[in-house]
Amino acid sequence: MTQAAPGLAWNPMIADAMLPARYRVDAIRRELTGVFTLALVPVDGGDALTFAPGQYNMLYQFGVGEVPISLSGDPACPRPLVHTIRAVGTVTNALQHLASGHMVGLRGPFGTHWPAEAAQGADLVIMAGGIGLAPLRPLIYQVLANRKRYGAVCIFYGARTPDEILYRDELEQWRSRFDLTVEVTVDRAGPDWLGRVGVVTRLLAAKGFSPPDTIACLCGPEIMMRYAVLALRDQGVGPERIYVSLERNMQCGLGFCGHCQFGASFVCRDGPVFRFDGIAKRFDIREI
Amino acid sequence: MPDTLLISTEALQGLLDALIAKGYQPVGPRLERGAIVYETLSAASDLPRGYLDEQGGGHYRLSKADPSSPETAGIFRYAVGPQSWKGFLFPSRQSLWRARRTETGFAFEPETDDAPAYAFLGARPCELAAMRIQDRVFQEGPYVDRGYAERRARAFVVAVNCTRAGGTCFCASMGTGPRAEDGFDLCLTELLDADDHAFLVEIGSASGRALMELVRHRTATPEEIERGRRAITDAAEQMGRRMPPDAAAILASNPEHPRWDQVAQRCLSCANCTLVCPTCFCSRVEDTTSLDGVEAARHRQWDSCFTLDFSYIHGGPVRRETAARYRHWITHKLSTWHAQFGTSGCTGCGRCITWCPVGIDITEEVAAIQATERAEPLGDE
Repeated sequence: MTQAAPGLAWNPMIADAMLPARYRVDAIRRELTGVFTLALVPVDGGDALTFAPGQYNMLYQFGVGEVPISLSGDPACPRPLVHTIRAVGTVTNALQHLASGHMVGLRGPFGTHWPAEAAQGADLVIMAGGIGLAPLRPLIYQVLANRKRYGAVCIFYGARTPDEILYRDELEQWRSRFDLTVEVTVDRAGPDWLGRVGVVTRLLAAKGFSPPDTIACLCGPEIMMRYAVLALRDQGVGPERIYVSLERNMQCGLGFCGHCQFGASFVCRDGPVFRFDGIAKRFDIREI
Repeated sequence: MPDTLLISTEALQGLLDALIAKGYQPVGPRLERGAIVYETLSAASDLPRGYLDEQGGGHYRLSKADPSSPETAGIFRYAVGPQSWKGFLFPSRQSLWRARRTETGFAFEPETDDAPAYAFLGARPCELAAMRIQDRVFQEGPYVDRGYAERRARAFVVAVNCTRAGGTCFCASMGTGPRAEDGFDLCLTELLDADDHAFLVEIGSASGRALMELVRHRTATPEEIERGRRAITDAAEQMGRRMPPDAAAILASNPEHPRWDQVAQRCLSCANCTLVCPTCFCSRVEDTTSLDGVEAARHRQWDSCFTLDFSYIHGGPVRRETAARYRHWITHKLSTWHAQFGTSGCTGCGRCITWCPVGIDITEEVAAIQATERAEPLGDE
């Protein structure tokens, strides 16, 4: 057919959207064993990339491949762009060996974000497990920068062991504030750990928030989120007030490659942050 | 020029010559390796003549028509083969970009697309429907696949209405055939009987009309048009399969149906259905480097949701069980596709049935679930 394809005039092009921009490692910080944070600055100039809490970038390591990594820095200071990464695969293991000055490719930001605006005026429960704290940290920064706009703010964090507590210094700082409830628990610990031991969902019993007025944002293993949703429901936080961030195989970020499908949703584009009532039934189906 | 013309069989060569003169590269059905495949046509004599196909679950055979029957002169008396036009608009492997190491890091080099302007000769109505479905996927969403959009915009489409149904066809129940309503520049209907062999030509676009200025033709008579209509109706009536009209709701309501485990005992998870499907669009990104590590490249190539790797995240694949992978494929194709793209992902072409090594039948699977369904719908969708 000879007429121009509809949408051709205004839609962004995949050829361009699949081409990364060049970024340079400004700093790399070792957080935990196998967990590190890359701070990246653009090489080729251009407008500063802005992002919303919960969004992710595709990071490319020369010749090795590309992986989706949540932004974990302050959205108010997007230069450098901060990504906390756990080395679990070929690409993330390669990224681990980068040093200051090295170059990576970056596409993004992609995906949906936490309801930072919609949650204004409400109490906020931020619950994370393990590395799941990284995609929630931008939300915490944004909420703290606008602290008066929110009701009670509770951060509930669970790690496997005391040695695997991510952003420990910051958690301690936040914990010392009078306008935050911060509770940390670990699955197992030695005798030198004086904190809580047990699953993160038990921290909800700490109260400090008013369930009917609460927005909950969850990120962690799916099994954790599954139980957290049940615990929140028991306390009176409805599924329309719960947001979860999902992880799937994502290769394009654009809804083209098909790998990330979760029911009718492309997690890369329609997620990673979902309002729970929209996916509640799917969430219970094994291997969907 | 009226909207329906008649050309002789010999004028097919004139049509090809006109397409070539206009700068198109004609592509159409050829007999290769025992199947009808789509490849470059240099002359009308390249088109298979006198071949009939026999298709069934896991079964495809070509045979020569009885020399005493008019079929022996027929050119389009077979249904679709294992390939579709998808391979031309969305190539199975494409380079996206290259990168080269530099003193300070590396530099990207965008890839250019040098595909010719294709003329698709012999696109069946179900295949036009498949192109419209992939248009929605690749150029009508939030992002546009520029390569697809450019190849699609440049292509000239000569459709062919079906006058004989294949053994696994069910396009009539999908509303996509056996007659092409639109989506073509020209559309042929083969008129074939004992003493007459000619083609009706419907004009579908201004460029189709312009092309026919270069091809010897005359106006079709009402009787000829009626003969064509009857031949297409015959094809519709030959179809032995149909898709239940509410397939989308049936699958959305039955994610836990016992049929999934039953079909999984037959399914080899071989991915054939996804590769022959004219609308399946999943791809994977592959990053490579040269041996010396100086150059890197990124390719995009067809992928299938039937592989274990497809859903892999650290810790393992999301869909480990064949039952989950089959459920994902058919539910996407017939149900969630509507939510994503406003259309079914199925055209009723029957390829997934024919080319399934164990003959799993998409229409039979839906009907089996429908016959025994009992679950609640997914109300949150």
